Amino acid sequence: MKKNSLISIWKNIFRIRYVEEKIAKEYYKGEMRCPTHLSIGQEAVPSVLDQFIQKTDLAVSGHRAHAHYLAKGGDLKKMLCEIFGKENGCAKGRGGSMHLIDRSVGFAGSTAIVANSIPIGVGIALAKKLKKKKDIVIIYFGDGAIEEGAFYESINFAILKKLPVFFICENNFYSVYTPLKYRQPKDRKIHKMVKGLGCPVFSTDGNDPFKIYEKISAAVKKIRSGKGPIFGEFYTYRHREHCGPNFDDNLNYRPKNDLKYWLEKDPLISLEKKIKKKKMIFLNMKNEKQKIINEVNEAFKFARKSKYPSYKITTRDIYAKKN
Amino acid sequence: MQKKTKLITMSNAINEALHFSMKKDKNLLCFGLGTTDPKGIFSTTINLEKKFGKDRVFDVPASENALTGISVGLSLEKIRSVVSHQRLDFFLLAMDQLVNNAAKWYFTFSQPVPITIRLIIGRGWGQGPTHSQNLHSWFAHIPGLKVVIPSNPRDAKDLLISSIFDPNPVIFIEHRWLHEMEGNINKKTEIKKLDNLGKCKIIEKGNKLTIVASSYLVHEARIALRYLKKFKIDCELIDLRVIKPLDWKTIEKSVKKTGNLLVLDTGSDTLSFASEIISSISIRLFQYLKNPPVKLTMPDIPEPASYGLTKGFYIRPKNIAEKIIKILNIKDGNILKLIQKEPNPHDIPGSWFKGPF
Repeated sequence: MKKNSLISIWKNIFRIRYVEEKIAKEYYKGEMRCPTHLSIGQEAVPSVLDQFIQKTDLAVSGHRAHAHYLAKGGDLKKMLCEIFGKENGCAKGRGGSMHLIDRSVGFAGSTAIVANSIPIGVGIALAKKLKKKKDIVIIYFGDGAIEEGAFYESINFAILKKLPVFFICENNFYSVYTPLKYRQPKDRKIHKMVKGLGCPVFSTDGNDPFKIYEKISAAVKKIRSGKGPIFGEFYTYRHREHCGPNFDDNLNYRPKNDLKYWLEKDPLISLEKKIKKKKMIFLNMKNEKQKIINEVNEAFKFARKSKYPSYKITTRDIYAKKN
Repeated sequence: MQKKTKLITMSNAINEALHFSMKKDKNLLCFGLGTTDPKGIFSTTINLEKKFGKDRVFDVPASENALTGISVGLSLEKIRSVVSHQRLDFFLLAMDQLVNNAAKWYFTFSQPVPITIRLIIGRGWGQGPTHSQNLHSWFAHIPGLKVVIPSNPRDAKDLLISSIFDPNPVIFIEHRWLHEMEGNINKKTEIKKLDNLGKCKIIEKGNKLTIVASSYLVHEARIALRYLKKFKIDCELIDLRVIKPLDWKTIEKSVKKTGNLLVLDTGSDTLSFASEIISSISIRLFQYLKNPPVKLTMPDIPEPASYGLTKGFYIRPKNIAEKIIKILNIKDGNILKLIQKEPNPHDIPGSWFKGPF
């Protein structure tokens, strides 16, 4: 991995982490009044992917989308305004935390129902192929989406039509409080099952930027060459509750050993350790951190200052008008 | 002088609408199970692939939900599509993509979703409980969708073109019993003259009672009215054509004139579209009503398959005429003597229908 890439990945991870921690810290104030699924612990995959994609590559995601949106370059102020329910939110305050969009950077939308944005991504990929574009489409989802019909219908279609789709499964082992063992057969490896559908697959540690880098680099190249979709399974872990700002391991739904293992593999802390160990003190980290902190604090201020939408919603807001 | 109109079946009219639209919009796609098969979805998609190529017209896996989402994804990249389903009942698998994405995307993300979803409703000849459901009121219940139910070839062609070029998701419902029905359509289509979705049509003018109908029941109502005309009972018949958005003005104007309302619905009774029309008209025009409004809907019973069980099951001209006479309080018991109860066989639209679906 080149030094510039490493710096950029670290910055991405740190920035997402700081945004999410700040949301968590201030959530109790009751200004962010919508269900919010934090990406803390799961920042690495989108932060690395950012190295290999352009604005013209489009991404869709699900309910836990903050990291995907931010790593794709989505406007931070607009995201926070959306979570605060303000009129200049990325979805004009109509969607909340689970409905993010920034077309200017190729974030085509996140939606709230499990597996629900997968067909949308495949449709976008079909459009790209019909228009003979070299762009690829990234579809983010979790292990829960593997249990939905929409996933199988969509990946089948993408394989059949050789569409330029990168299916990214962030497997954090839980659907809300329900562990994989209650949802899928014990010995199943998701990527191996998907391989059986006829899609090239891989799996890797989703918290290790170096491993992710290697896998994603090859996958994106292959998808861009027009050979069809690839499915990647990334093992990762969310640090806090499924939805909301708190830690919830007092409820004992995750084995203590697993928790310890994954917290030690915190993508931010372990990357910073590696950077130090390799003596890759490439920049004044403290300064860089401060820059990001200032930017994020500024964005929170902006969101707080922004106005609530106050107009009356009419059919004009629900139906598009003919040009 | 050359005639400006021609006689054509509804399935051919739909085929013409698709050819016209694909020619007009070079990006328009047409897909769905059976689109390119030898029968071409009851002849409605015949020759499209030959004319417009495999990239734009194609058959698909049986994945109703994903295909709906795929059409939404295409529309975000400015590609319109027409997705056809040979029975509405199969499309029930697509409710997530339809309701949560297609209907909500413009509201949430301000990006238009111009897609047209063709759904065909079966009836009789053993279609049974899951090949014959009239669920138009479900779709009309969802903000963000438009719902079109044509009753004749002219409307089928014009409204399908209007649906395709509408910037919103449109559910276009075709009654299978209408596919072979003939009617006159204009030889030349002028897109500028087509109305935007949301206009009813007065099919028969009259003063005594307003009948609101759609789809196949427009024809049954016409037969009833033709019969009653002999007895100088003149009713106004309104063909809804589009149930969302609904042209309330036309219905209200008619009810104000007649003071009586009968609503026919091919859907089952509870929370039917007929109920919606009656409740809204009762609320808005209570003072104009001479009699309580009446609805004639299908019962809250799934359609059975057996020839025996479908006898007397459907709404027929006789049932309609009976309601009219009751509302208007006409006591002459002989009036309905000559109206046919039900054709024999009762479970096909005409001799053209040889099954199986």
